[in-house]
Amino acid sequence: MSSHHFAPPRLSLRFFPIWQRHLLVWKKLAASSIIGHIADPMIYLLGLGYGLGSLLPQMGGTSYMVFLAAGTICYSTMNSASFEALYSGFSRMKEQRTWEAIMNTAVTLDDIVLAEVLWAASKSLLSGVTVLVAVWLLGLSHSPMLLWLAPLALLVGLCFAALGLIMTALAPSYDFFMYYFTLVITPMMLLCGVFFPVEQLPPLWQNVSSALPLTHAVEIARPLMSGNVPPDALLHVAVLLGYALSGFYVSLVLFRRRLSQ
Amino acid sequence: MNIVLSAQNLRKSYAGQVVVDGVSISLNKGECFGLLGPNGAGKTTTLRLMLGLIEPDSGQLSLLGHAVPRHAREARLRVGVVPQVDNLDPDFTVAENLLVYGRYFGMKDREIEARIPALLEFASLAHKKDVKIPTLSGGMKRRLTLARALVNDPEVIFLDEPTTGLDPQARHLIWQRLHELTVQGKTLLLTTHFMDEAERLCNRLAVMDNGRIISEGSPRELIERNIEPQVVEVFGENAATWAQQHATRHAQRFEVSGESVFCYVADAQPLLRELQQQPDLRYLHRPANLEDVFLKLTGREMRE
Repeated sequence: MSSHHFAPPRLSLRFFPIWQRHLLVWKKLAASSIIGHIADPMIYLLGLGYGLGSLLPQMGGTSYMVFLAAGTICYSTMNSASFEALYSGFSRMKEQRTWEAIMNTAVTLDDIVLAEVLWAASKSLLSGVTVLVAVWLLGLSHSPMLLWLAPLALLVGLCFAALGLIMTALAPSYDFFMYYFTLVITPMMLLCGVFFPVEQLPPLWQNVSSALPLTHAVEIARPLMSGNVPPDALLHVAVLLGYALSGFYVSLVLFRRRLSQ
Repeated sequence: MNIVLSAQNLRKSYAGQVVVDGVSISLNKGECFGLLGPNGAGKTTTLRLMLGLIEPDSGQLSLLGHAVPRHAREARLRVGVVPQVDNLDPDFTVAENLLVYGRYFGMKDREIEARIPALLEFASLAHKKDVKIPTLSGGMKRRLTLARALVNDPEVIFLDEPTTGLDPQARHLIWQRLHELTVQGKTLLLTTHFMDEAERLCNRLAVMDNGRIISEGSPRELIERNIEPQVVEVFGENAATWAQQHATRHAQRFEVSGESVFCYVADAQPLLRELQQQPDLRYLHRPANLEDVFLKLTGREMRE
Protein backbone atom coordinates (compact mmCIF):
# COMPACT_ATOMS: atom_id res chain seq x y z
CA MET A 1 0.00 0.00 0.00
CA SER A 2 1.56 3.31 -0.99
CA SER A 3 1.33 6.62 0.81
CA HIS A 4 -1.20 8.30 -1.50
CA HIS A 5 -3.78 5.73 -0.44
CA PHE A 6 -3.75 7.38 2.97
CA ALA A 7 -4.35 10.92 1.69
CA PRO A 8 -7.27 12.65 3.40
CA PRO A 9 -10.62 12.28 1.59
CA ARG A 10 -11.17 14.93 -1.07
CA LEU A 11 -14.87 15.61 -0.86
CA SER A 12 -16.86 17.62 -3.38
CA LEU A 13 -20.40 18.09 -4.65
CA ARG A 14 -19.48 15.90 -7.60
CA PHE A 15 -20.91 13.02 -5.59
CA PHE A 16 -24.40 14.32 -6.39
CA PRO A 17 -24.87 12.97 -9.95
CA ILE A 18 -23.76 9.56 -8.68
CA TRP A 19 -26.28 9.71 -5.83
CA GLN A 20 -28.88 10.74 -8.44
CA ARG A 21 -27.99 7.68 -10.50
CA HIS A 22 -28.60 5.35 -7.54
CA LEU A 23 -31.90 7.10 -6.89
CA LEU A 24 -32.99 6.61 -10.51
CA VAL A 25 -32.18 2.88 -10.35
CA TRP A 26 -34.06 2.64 -7.06
CA LYS A 27 -37.10 4.40 -8.51
CA LYS A 28 -37.17 1.86 -11.35
CA LEU A 29 -36.94 -1.13 -9.03
CA ALA A 30 -38.70 0.27 -5.94
CA ALA A 31 -42.10 -1.18 -6.73
CA SER A 32 -40.79 -4.71 -6.31
CA SER A 33 -38.69 -4.07 -3.22
CA ILE A 34 -40.56 -1.47 -1.19
CA ILE A 35 -43.10 -3.96 0.20
CA GLY A 36 -40.20 -6.04 1.55
CA HIS A 37 -38.54 -3.02 3.10
CA ILE A 38 -41.72 -2.04 4.92
CA ALA A 39 -42.82 -5.56 5.76
CA ASP A 40 -39.66 -6.74 7.52
CA PRO A 41 -39.58 -4.28 10.45
CA MET A 42 -43.38 -4.37 10.69
CA ILE A 43 -43.42 -8.15 11.08
CA TYR A 44 -40.90 -7.96 13.93
CA LEU A 45 -42.62 -5.03 15.56
CA LEU A 46 -46.13 -6.44 15.39
CA GLY A 47 -45.21 -10.10 15.85
CA LEU A 48 -42.87 -9.68 18.80
CA GLY A 49 -44.64 -6.60 20.11
CA TYR A 50 -48.07 -8.19 20.42
CA GLY A 51 -46.81 -11.69 21.13
CA LEU A 52 -44.20 -10.95 23.79
CA GLY A 53 -45.83 -7.68 24.84
CA SER A 54 -48.83 -9.47 26.30
CA LEU A 55 -46.53 -11.67 28.43
CA LEU A 56 -44.15 -8.97 29.59
CA PRO A 57 -44.71 -6.34 32.23
CA GLN A 58 -43.99 -2.71 31.50
CA MET A 59 -40.43 -2.12 30.48
CA GLY A 60 -38.63 1.01 31.60
CA GLY A 61 -41.95 2.73 32.23
CA THR A 62 -43.45 2.02 28.80
CA SER A 63 -45.29 -0.84 27.15
CA TYR A 64 -43.13 -3.50 25.50
CA MET A 65 -44.49 -2.38 22.12
CA VAL A 66 -43.11 1.15 22.58
CA PHE A 67 -39.85 -0.26 23.96
CA LEU A 68 -39.52 -2.47 20.89
CA ALA A 69 -40.49 0.28 18.44
CA ALA A 70 -37.41 2.31 19.46
CA GLY A 71 -35.19 -0.72 18.93
CA THR A 72 -36.85 -1.55 15.62
CA ILE A 73 -36.16 1.89 14.15
CA CYS A 74 -32.47 1.47 14.96
CA TYR A 75 -32.07 -2.06 13.74
CA SER A 76 -34.05 -1.58 10.53
CA THR A 77 -31.98 1.49 9.61
CA MET A 78 -28.81 -0.49 10.42
CA ASN A 79 -29.99 -3.36 8.20
CA SER A 80 -31.02 -1.19 5.36
CA ALA A 81 -27.68 0.68 5.20
CA SER A 82 -25.72 -2.54 5.60
CA PHE A 83 -27.51 -4.36 2.79
CA GLU A 84 -27.10 -1.40 0.47
CA ALA A 85 -23.41 -0.89 1.24
CA LEU A 86 -22.56 -4.58 1.00
CA TYR A 87 -24.67 -6.27 -1.66
CA SER A 88 -25.68 -3.35 -3.86
CA GLY A 89 -22.34 -1.59 -3.40
CA PHE A 90 -20.44 -4.72 -4.38
CA SER A 91 -22.63 -5.17 -7.41
CA ARG A 92 -21.90 -1.60 -8.54
CA MET A 93 -18.19 -1.92 -7.80
CA LYS A 94 -17.60 -5.36 -9.31
CA GLU A 95 -20.44 -7.22 -11.04
CA GLN A 96 -21.92 -4.34 -13.04
CA ARG A 97 -18.66 -2.36 -13.37
CA THR A 98 -20.61 0.82 -12.65
CA TRP A 99 -17.72 2.35 -10.71
CA GLU A 100 -15.34 1.62 -13.57
CA ALA A 101 -17.61 3.49 -15.96
CA ILE A 102 -17.92 6.44 -13.58
CA MET A 103 -14.19 6.66 -12.87
CA ASN A 104 -13.50 7.28 -16.55
CA THR A 105 -15.39 10.57 -16.24
CA ALA A 106 -14.62 13.80 -14.42
CA VAL A 107 -15.18 12.40 -10.92
CA THR A 108 -12.85 10.58 -8.55
CA LEU A 109 -13.04 7.45 -6.43
CA ASP A 110 -13.51 9.67 -3.37
CA ASP A 111 -16.69 11.10 -4.95
CA ILE A 112 -17.94 7.58 -5.71
CA VAL A 113 -17.39 6.30 -2.15
CA LEU A 114 -19.02 9.41 -0.67
CA ALA A 115 -22.01 8.84 -2.96
CA GLU A 116 -22.23 5.22 -1.75
CA VAL A 117 -22.28 6.27 1.93
CA LEU A 118 -24.83 9.01 1.39
CA TRP A 119 -27.04 6.83 -0.77
CA ALA A 120 -27.07 3.96 1.75
CA ALA A 121 -27.84 6.49 4.48
CA SER A 122 -30.68 7.86 2.35
CA LYS A 123 -32.20 4.40 2.22
CA SER A 124 -31.83 4.16 6.01
CA LEU A 125 -33.67 7.42 6.37
CA LEU A 126 -36.50 6.05 4.24
CA SER A 127 -36.60 2.87 6.27
CA GLY A 128 -36.56 4.80 9.57
CA VAL A 129 -39.31 7.15 8.46
CA THR A 130 -41.44 4.18 7.40
CA VAL A 131 -41.26 2.68 10.91
CA LEU A 132 -41.91 6.13 12.35
CA VAL A 133 -45.10 6.49 10.32
CA ALA A 134 -46.20 3.06 11.55
CA VAL A 135 -45.53 4.10 15.18
CA TRP A 136 -47.66 7.16 14.60
CA LEU A 137 -50.48 5.23 12.93
CA LEU A 138 -50.50 2.53 15.62
CA GLY A 139 -50.82 5.29 18.18
CA LEU A 140 -47.74 4.13 20.09
CA SER A 141 -46.56 7.69 20.50
CA HIS A 142 -47.61 11.10 19.26
CA SER A 143 -44.84 13.14 20.85
CA PRO A 144 -43.22 15.80 18.62
CA MET A 145 -39.91 14.42 19.94
CA LEU A 146 -40.48 11.57 17.44
CA LEU A 147 -39.34 13.86 14.64
CA TRP A 148 -35.79 13.69 16.01
CA LEU A 149 -35.77 10.03 15.07
CA ALA A 150 -35.49 10.98 11.38
CA PRO A 151 -32.05 12.64 11.68
CA LEU A 152 -31.06 9.77 13.99
CA ALA A 153 -31.98 7.27 11.25
CA LEU A 154 -29.76 9.21 8.85
CA LEU A 155 -26.86 9.17 11.31
CA VAL A 156 -27.25 5.44 12.00
CA GLY A 157 -27.36 4.96 8.23
CA LEU A 158 -24.11 6.88 7.72
CA CYS A 159 -22.45 4.88 10.47
CA PHE A 160 -23.42 1.42 9.17
CA ALA A 161 -22.96 2.36 5.51
CA ALA A 162 -19.37 3.40 6.25
CA LEU A 163 -18.68 0.26 8.31
CA GLY A 164 -20.31 -1.94 5.66
CA LEU A 165 -18.19 -0.41 2.90
CA ILE A 166 -15.08 -1.65 4.69
CA MET A 167 -16.40 -5.18 4.12
CA THR A 168 -17.27 -4.39 0.50
CA ALA A 169 -13.72 -3.13 -0.08
CA LEU A 170 -12.31 -6.39 1.29
CA ALA A 171 -14.84 -8.83 -0.17
CA PRO A 172 -13.70 -11.32 -2.82
CA SER A 173 -17.34 -12.27 -3.54
CA TYR A 174 -20.89 -11.97 -2.20
CA ASP A 175 -20.41 -15.07 0.00
CA PHE A 176 -18.05 -13.08 2.20
CA PHE A 177 -20.95 -10.91 3.42
CA MET A 178 -22.55 -13.82 5.27
CA TYR A 179 -19.73 -13.57 7.83
CA TYR A 180 -20.46 -9.92 8.44
CA PHE A 181 -24.18 -10.46 8.90
CA THR A 182 -23.76 -13.57 11.04
CA LEU A 183 -20.81 -12.39 13.14
CA VAL A 184 -21.43 -8.64 13.36
CA ILE A 185 -24.93 -7.51 12.49
CA THR A 186 -26.95 -10.28 14.20
CA PRO A 187 -24.93 -10.21 17.47
CA MET A 188 -25.22 -6.43 17.42
CA MET A 189 -28.99 -6.75 17.26
CA LEU A 190 -28.98 -9.02 20.33
CA LEU A 191 -26.36 -7.14 22.37
CA CYS A 192 -27.47 -3.56 21.87
CA GLY A 193 -30.84 -3.44 23.59
CA VAL A 194 -33.12 -3.79 20.59
CA PHE A 195 -35.33 -6.54 22.05
CA PHE A 196 -34.45 -6.39 25.76
CA PRO A 197 -32.57 -3.96 28.05
CA VAL A 198 -28.78 -4.19 27.97
CA GLU A 199 -28.88 -4.51 31.79
CA GLN A 200 -30.12 -8.10 31.31
CA LEU A 201 -26.72 -9.08 29.91
CA PRO A 202 -23.83 -10.40 32.06
CA PRO A 203 -21.47 -7.53 33.08
CA LEU A 204 -18.77 -8.53 30.57
CA TRP A 205 -21.23 -8.37 27.70
CA GLN A 206 -22.58 -5.06 28.97
CA ASN A 207 -19.05 -3.66 28.53
CA VAL A 208 -18.87 -5.03 25.00
CA SER A 209 -22.27 -3.60 24.29
CA SER A 210 -21.26 -0.11 25.40
CA ALA A 211 -18.62 -0.01 22.68
CA LEU A 212 -21.01 -0.99 19.88
CA PRO A 213 -22.56 1.73 17.73
CA LEU A 214 -26.09 0.31 17.74
CA THR A 215 -26.23 0.62 21.55
CA HIS A 216 -25.70 4.36 21.25
CA ALA A 217 -28.39 4.63 18.62
CA VAL A 218 -30.87 2.79 20.87
CA GLU A 219 -29.86 5.00 23.82
CA ILE A 220 -31.00 8.02 21.83
CA ALA A 221 -34.07 6.45 20.24
CA ARG A 222 -35.67 5.01 23.36
CA PRO A 223 -36.18 8.24 25.36
CA LEU A 224 -37.28 10.05 22.17
CA MET A 225 -39.95 7.42 21.62
CA SER A 226 -41.40 8.19 25.04
CA GLY A 227 -41.19 11.91 24.40
CA ASN A 228 -38.14 12.58 26.60
CA VAL A 229 -34.80 14.27 25.93
CA PRO A 230 -32.14 11.52 25.79
CA PRO A 231 -29.52 11.81 28.56
CA ASP A 232 -25.94 12.12 27.23
CA ALA A 233 -27.29 12.62 23.72
CA LEU A 234 -24.16 14.44 22.57
CA LEU A 235 -21.92 11.60 23.71
CA HIS A 236 -24.00 9.04 21.80
CA VAL A 237 -24.08 11.21 18.68
CA ALA A 238 -20.29 11.64 18.94
CA VAL A 239 -19.76 7.87 19.10
CA LEU A 240 -21.97 7.29 16.04
CA LEU A 241 -20.24 10.10 14.14
CA GLY A 242 -16.86 8.70 15.14
CA TYR A 243 -17.76 5.29 13.73
CA ALA A 244 -19.14 6.91 10.57
CA LEU A 245 -16.07 9.07 9.90
CA SER A 246 -13.45 6.47 10.72
CA GLY A 247 -15.39 3.80 8.78
CA PHE A 248 -15.55 6.11 5.78
CA TYR A 249 -11.82 6.83 5.90
CA VAL A 250 -10.80 3.19 6.34
CA SER A 251 -13.08 2.04 3.53
CA LEU A 252 -11.75 4.78 1.25
CA VAL A 253 -8.15 3.74 1.89
CA LEU A 254 -9.08 0.11 1.16
CA PHE A 255 -10.97 1.00 -2.02
CA ARG A 256 -8.03 3.10 -3.24
CA ARG A 257 -5.76 0.13 -2.71
CA ARG A 258 -8.14 -2.39 -4.27
CA LEU A 259 -8.89 -0.33 -7.38
CA SER A 260 -5.29 0.60 -8.07
CA GLN A 261 -4.46 -3.05 -8.81
CA MET B 1 -1.55 22.85 -28.87
CA ASN B 2 -0.53 20.09 -31.22
CA ILE B 3 0.69 17.51 -28.73
CA VAL B 4 -2.44 16.17 -27.07
CA LEU B 5 -0.78 13.58 -24.89
CA SER B 6 2.80 13.03 -23.94
CA ALA B 7 4.03 10.08 -21.94
CA GLN B 8 7.70 9.69 -21.11
CA ASN B 9 9.30 6.61 -19.75
CA LEU B 10 6.26 5.26 -17.92
CA ARG B 11 6.90 2.36 -15.60
CA LYS B 12 4.47 0.31 -13.55
CA SER B 13 4.92 -2.97 -11.78
CA TYR B 14 2.59 -5.07 -9.67
CA ALA B 15 4.00 -7.30 -6.96
CA GLY B 16 7.47 -7.27 -8.50
CA GLN B 17 6.17 -8.01 -11.99
CA VAL B 18 6.92 -5.24 -14.50
CA VAL B 19 3.79 -4.59 -16.56
CA VAL B 20 4.74 -1.31 -18.24
CA ASP B 21 8.46 -0.94 -18.77
CA GLY B 22 9.58 2.47 -19.99
CA VAL B 23 6.79 3.40 -22.41
CA SER B 24 7.01 6.77 -24.21
CA ILE B 25 4.21 7.86 -26.52
CA SER B 26 3.14 11.21 -27.84
CA LEU B 27 -0.15 11.87 -29.61
CA ASN B 28 -0.66 14.63 -32.16
CA LYS B 29 -3.96 16.38 -32.45
CA GLY B 30 -6.31 14.72 -34.93
CA GLU B 31 -4.42 11.49 -35.41
CA CYS B 32 -5.52 7.94 -34.76
CA PHE B 33 -2.84 6.11 -32.84
CA GLY B 34 -2.95 2.35 -32.40
CA LEU B 35 -1.39 0.39 -29.60
CA LEU B 36 -0.92 -3.20 -30.76
CA GLY B 37 0.20 -6.14 -28.75
CA PRO B 38 -0.68 -9.66 -27.67
CA ASN B 39 -2.77 -10.27 -24.55
CA GLY B 40 -0.85 -9.25 -21.46
CA ALA B 41 1.48 -6.90 -23.35
CA GLY B 42 0.53 -4.02 -21.03
CA LYS B 43 -1.83 -2.11 -23.34
CA THR B 44 -4.72 -1.71 -20.90
CA THR B 45 -2.40 -0.79 -18.03
CA THR B 46 -0.85 1.88 -20.27
CA LEU B 47 -4.31 3.31 -20.98
CA ARG B 48 -5.19 3.33 -17.29
CA LEU B 49 -1.96 5.16 -16.51
CA MET B 50 -2.75 7.75 -19.17
CA LEU B 51 -6.21 8.33 -17.71
CA GLY B 52 -4.72 8.79 -14.26
CA LEU B 53 -6.64 5.83 -12.81
CA ILE B 54 -3.42 4.32 -11.48
CA GLU B 55 -0.15 5.96 -10.46
CA PRO B 56 3.00 5.16 -12.41
CA ASP B 57 6.06 4.05 -10.43
CA SER B 58 8.02 6.58 -12.49
CA GLY B 59 7.71 8.64 -15.65
CA GLN B 60 6.11 11.86 -16.85
CA LEU B 61 2.61 12.18 -18.22
CA SER B 62 0.63 15.09 -19.54
CA LEU B 63 -2.83 14.89 -21.10
CA LEU B 64 -4.41 17.95 -22.75
CA GLY B 65 -1.99 20.17 -20.88
CA HIS B 66 -2.73 18.68 -17.45
CA ALA B 67 -0.19 16.78 -15.40
CA VAL B 68 -1.43 13.21 -14.83
CA PRO B 69 -2.23 11.67 -12.37
CA ARG B 70 -2.23 14.85 -10.23
CA HIS B 71 -4.71 16.73 -12.44
CA ALA B 72 -6.17 13.73 -14.24
CA ARG B 73 -9.72 14.66 -13.28
CA GLU B 74 -9.47 18.01 -15.07
CA ALA B 75 -7.96 16.30 -18.11
CA ARG B 76 -10.76 13.71 -18.18
CA LEU B 77 -13.34 16.50 -18.55
CA ARG B 78 -12.33 16.55 -22.24
CA VAL B 79 -11.65 12.83 -22.70
CA GLY B 80 -13.97 10.01 -23.76
CA VAL B 81 -13.37 6.36 -22.92
CA VAL B 82 -14.67 3.19 -24.56
CA PRO B 83 -13.69 0.38 -22.15
CA GLN B 84 -12.85 -3.16 -23.15
CA VAL B 85 -15.83 -4.68 -21.32
CA ASP B 86 -19.22 -3.02 -21.61
CA ASN B 87 -20.29 -1.26 -18.43
CA LEU B 88 -23.55 0.36 -19.46
CA ASP B 89 -26.20 0.73 -16.76
CA PRO B 90 -28.45 -2.29 -17.35
CA ASP B 91 -31.44 -0.84 -15.49
CA PHE B 92 -31.60 2.25 -17.69
CA THR B 93 -32.80 2.89 -21.20
CA VAL B 94 -30.45 3.90 -23.99
CA ALA B 95 -31.23 7.61 -23.56
CA GLU B 96 -31.01 7.44 -19.76
CA ASN B 97 -27.55 5.94 -20.02
CA LEU B 98 -26.41 9.01 -21.94
CA LEU B 99 -28.17 11.45 -19.61
CA VAL B 100 -26.78 9.93 -16.42
CA TYR B 101 -23.28 9.72 -17.88
CA GLY B 102 -23.27 13.34 -19.02
CA ARG B 103 -24.02 14.44 -15.46
CA TYR B 104 -20.72 12.94 -14.27
CA PHE B 105 -19.00 15.61 -16.38
CA GLY B 106 -20.94 18.33 -14.60
CA MET B 107 -23.21 18.92 -17.60
CA LYS B 108 -26.72 20.31 -17.11
CA ASP B 109 -29.64 18.02 -18.02
CA ARG B 110 -30.81 20.50 -20.67
CA GLU B 111 -27.37 20.53 -22.23
CA ILE B 112 -27.17 16.72 -22.35
CA GLU B 113 -30.71 16.29 -23.64
CA ALA B 114 -29.90 18.64 -26.50
CA ARG B 115 -27.01 16.37 -27.51
CA ILE B 116 -28.82 13.04 -27.21
CA PRO B 117 -30.58 12.98 -30.64
CA ALA B 118 -27.30 13.57 -32.51
CA LEU B 119 -25.48 10.99 -30.39
CA LEU B 120 -28.18 8.39 -31.05
CA GLU B 121 -28.09 9.25 -34.74
CA PHE B 122 -24.31 8.77 -34.75
CA ALA B 123 -24.70 5.39 -33.04
CA SER B 124 -27.58 4.39 -35.38
CA LEU B 125 -29.71 3.87 -32.28
CA ALA B 126 -32.37 6.57 -32.73
CA HIS B 127 -35.07 3.88 -32.93
CA LYS B 128 -33.84 2.29 -29.67
CA LYS B 129 -33.97 5.45 -27.54
CA ASP B 130 -36.33 4.09 -24.89
CA VAL B 131 -35.21 0.47 -24.96
CA LYS B 132 -33.48 -1.14 -21.99
CA ILE B 133 -29.88 -2.30 -22.31
CA PRO B 134 -30.26 -6.10 -21.91
CA THR B 135 -32.36 -6.26 -25.12
CA LEU B 136 -29.59 -4.68 -27.26
CA SER B 137 -27.24 -6.75 -29.43
CA GLY B 138 -23.48 -6.75 -28.81
CA GLY B 139 -22.93 -4.33 -31.69
CA MET B 140 -25.61 -1.95 -30.43
CA LYS B 141 -24.09 -1.95 -26.93
CA ARG B 142 -20.67 -1.10 -28.37
CA ARG B 143 -22.16 1.73 -30.43
CA LEU B 144 -23.96 3.07 -27.39
CA THR B 145 -20.74 2.86 -25.38
CA LEU B 146 -19.07 4.88 -28.13
CA ALA B 147 -21.89 7.44 -28.12
CA ARG B 148 -21.63 7.63 -24.33
CA ALA B 149 -17.91 8.38 -24.63
CA LEU B 150 -18.84 11.36 -26.83
CA VAL B 151 -21.44 12.85 -24.49
CA ASN B 152 -19.00 15.51 -23.20
CA ASP B 153 -17.76 16.32 -26.74
CA PRO B 154 -14.23 15.12 -25.89
CA GLU B 155 -11.06 16.10 -27.74
CA VAL B 156 -9.39 12.76 -27.15
CA ILE B 157 -11.05 9.34 -27.17
CA PHE B 158 -9.44 6.25 -25.66
CA LEU B 159 -10.75 2.97 -27.05
CA ASP B 160 -9.71 -0.33 -25.48
CA GLU B 161 -10.30 -3.09 -28.04
CA PRO B 162 -13.39 -1.41 -29.48
CA THR B 163 -14.45 -4.24 -31.80
CA THR B 164 -13.50 -7.38 -29.89
CA GLY B 165 -16.34 -9.90 -30.01
CA LEU B 166 -18.30 -8.18 -32.80
CA ASP B 167 -19.44 -9.71 -36.09
CA PRO B 168 -18.04 -8.28 -39.36
CA GLN B 169 -21.07 -6.04 -40.03
CA ALA B 170 -20.88 -4.54 -36.56
CA ARG B 171 -17.10 -4.03 -36.83
CA HIS B 172 -17.39 -2.23 -40.14
CA LEU B 173 -20.00 0.14 -38.73
CA ILE B 174 -17.74 0.95 -35.77
CA TRP B 175 -14.78 1.52 -38.11
CA GLN B 176 -16.85 3.89 -40.21
CA ARG B 177 -17.82 5.87 -37.11
CA LEU B 178 -14.27 6.03 -35.82
CA HIS B 179 -13.14 7.29 -39.21
CA GLU B 180 -15.82 10.02 -39.04
CA LEU B 181 -14.47 11.08 -35.66
CA THR B 182 -10.95 11.55 -37.04
CA VAL B 183 -12.42 13.59 -39.90
CA GLN B 184 -14.04 15.82 -37.25
CA GLY B 185 -10.56 16.38 -35.81
CA LYS B 186 -10.83 14.15 -32.73
CA THR B 187 -7.70 12.41 -31.51
CA LEU B 188 -8.07 8.65 -31.07
CA LEU B 189 -5.95 6.23 -29.11
CA LEU B 190 -7.01 2.64 -29.58
CA THR B 191 -5.69 -0.70 -28.50
CA THR B 192 -6.39 -3.72 -30.64
CA HIS B 193 -5.05 -7.07 -31.66
CA PHE B 194 -6.80 -6.97 -35.02
CA MET B 195 -4.20 -5.99 -37.58
CA ASP B 196 -6.72 -5.16 -40.29
CA GLU B 197 -8.37 -2.76 -37.86
CA ALA B 198 -5.06 -1.09 -37.06
CA GLU B 199 -4.03 -0.93 -40.73
CA ARG B 200 -7.34 0.56 -41.77
CA LEU B 201 -7.81 3.16 -39.01
CA CYS B 202 -4.46 4.24 -37.63
CA ASN B 203 -2.07 6.88 -38.91
CA ARG B 204 0.53 5.68 -36.46
CA LEU B 205 1.08 2.50 -34.54
CA ALA B 206 3.20 1.18 -31.73
CA VAL B 207 3.71 -2.54 -31.25
CA MET B 208 3.95 -3.43 -27.58
CA ASP B 209 5.21 -6.62 -25.97
CA ASN B 210 6.23 -7.43 -22.40
CA GLY B 211 5.52 -3.85 -21.34
CA ARG B 212 7.80 -2.27 -23.96
CA ILE B 213 7.23 -0.56 -27.27
CA ILE B 214 9.24 -2.59 -29.75
CA SER B 215 8.42 -0.74 -32.97
CA GLU B 216 6.62 2.45 -33.90
CA GLY B 217 5.58 4.19 -37.13
CA SER B 218 2.88 4.33 -39.81
CA PRO B 219 1.50 0.94 -40.92
CA ARG B 220 3.50 1.21 -44.16
CA GLU B 221 6.71 2.16 -42.33
CA LEU B 222 6.34 -0.74 -39.95
CA ILE B 223 5.98 -3.16 -42.83
CA GLU B 224 8.88 -1.67 -44.80
CA ARG B 225 11.16 -1.50 -41.81
CA ASN B 226 10.50 -4.92 -40.37
CA ILE B 227 9.70 -7.34 -43.12
CA GLU B 228 10.27 -8.40 -46.74
CA PRO B 229 7.57 -7.06 -49.09
CA GLN B 230 6.24 -10.37 -50.47
CA VAL B 231 4.84 -13.41 -48.67
CA VAL B 232 4.27 -16.86 -50.13
CA GLU B 233 2.31 -19.20 -47.87
CA VAL B 234 2.85 -22.85 -48.66
CA PHE B 235 0.47 -25.55 -47.40
CA GLY B 236 0.61 -29.32 -47.45
CA GLU B 237 1.76 -32.39 -45.50
CA ASN B 238 5.28 -32.13 -46.89
CA ALA B 239 5.51 -28.36 -46.73
CA ALA B 240 7.90 -28.36 -43.78
CA THR B 241 10.23 -30.93 -45.31
CA TRP B 242 10.17 -29.08 -48.64
CA ALA B 243 10.99 -25.82 -46.86
CA GLN B 244 14.02 -27.29 -45.05
CA GLN B 245 15.44 -28.47 -48.38
CA HIS B 246 14.44 -25.82 -50.91
CA ALA B 247 12.99 -22.67 -49.37
CA THR B 248 16.28 -21.07 -48.39
CA ARG B 249 17.34 -21.03 -52.03
CA HIS B 250 14.59 -18.55 -52.96
CA ALA B 251 13.38 -16.97 -49.73
CA GLN B 252 15.24 -14.58 -47.41
CA ARG B 253 13.46 -16.04 -44.46
CA PHE B 254 10.80 -18.64 -43.74
CA GLU B 255 8.74 -19.73 -40.74
CA VAL B 256 7.06 -23.08 -40.21
CA SER B 257 3.73 -23.19 -38.39
CA GLY B 258 2.15 -26.67 -38.36
CA GLU B 259 1.57 -27.71 -41.99
CA SER B 260 2.06 -24.17 -43.28
CA VAL B 261 5.27 -22.44 -44.28
CA PHE B 262 5.49 -18.66 -44.53
CA CYS B 263 8.22 -17.56 -46.98
CA TYR B 264 9.25 -13.91 -46.90
CA VAL B 265 10.86 -12.70 -50.13
CA ALA B 266 11.82 -9.53 -52.00
CA ASP B 267 11.03 -11.12 -55.37
CA ALA B 268 8.58 -14.00 -55.38
CA GLN B 269 9.00 -15.14 -59.01
CA PRO B 270 11.82 -17.73 -58.55
CA LEU B 271 10.02 -19.25 -55.58
CA LEU B 272 6.71 -19.42 -57.45
CA ARG B 273 8.41 -21.15 -60.39
CA GLU B 274 9.89 -23.67 -57.97
CA LEU B 275 6.49 -24.25 -56.37
CA GLN B 276 4.85 -24.94 -59.74
CA GLN B 277 7.07 -28.06 -59.87
CA GLN B 278 5.58 -29.34 -56.59
CA PRO B 279 2.09 -30.76 -57.36
CA ASP B 280 1.35 -31.82 -53.74
CA LEU B 281 1.90 -28.32 -52.32
CA ARG B 282 -0.68 -25.55 -52.44
CA TYR B 283 0.43 -21.95 -52.11
CA LEU B 284 -0.79 -18.37 -51.80
CA HIS B 285 1.17 -15.32 -52.92
CA ARG B 286 0.32 -11.97 -51.30
CA PRO B 287 1.95 -8.69 -50.22
CA ALA B 288 3.29 -8.56 -46.65
CA ASN B 289 0.89 -7.03 -44.14
CA LEU B 290 0.86 -5.81 -40.58
CA GLU B 291 0.00 -9.22 -39.21
CA ASP B 292 3.29 -10.56 -40.61
CA VAL B 293 5.12 -7.74 -38.84
CA PHE B 294 3.24 -8.40 -35.64
CA LEU B 295 4.00 -12.11 -35.67
CA LYS B 296 7.64 -11.46 -36.50
CA LEU B 297 8.02 -8.99 -33.66
CA THR B 298 6.02 -10.78 -30.99
CA GLY B 299 6.50 -14.41 -32.03
CA ARG B 300 4.04 -17.12 -33.01
CA GLU B 301 3.65 -18.86 -29.67
CA MET B 302 0.38 -18.53 -27.75
CA ARG B 303 0.03 -15.84 -25.09
CA GLU B 304 -2.29 -16.58 -22.23
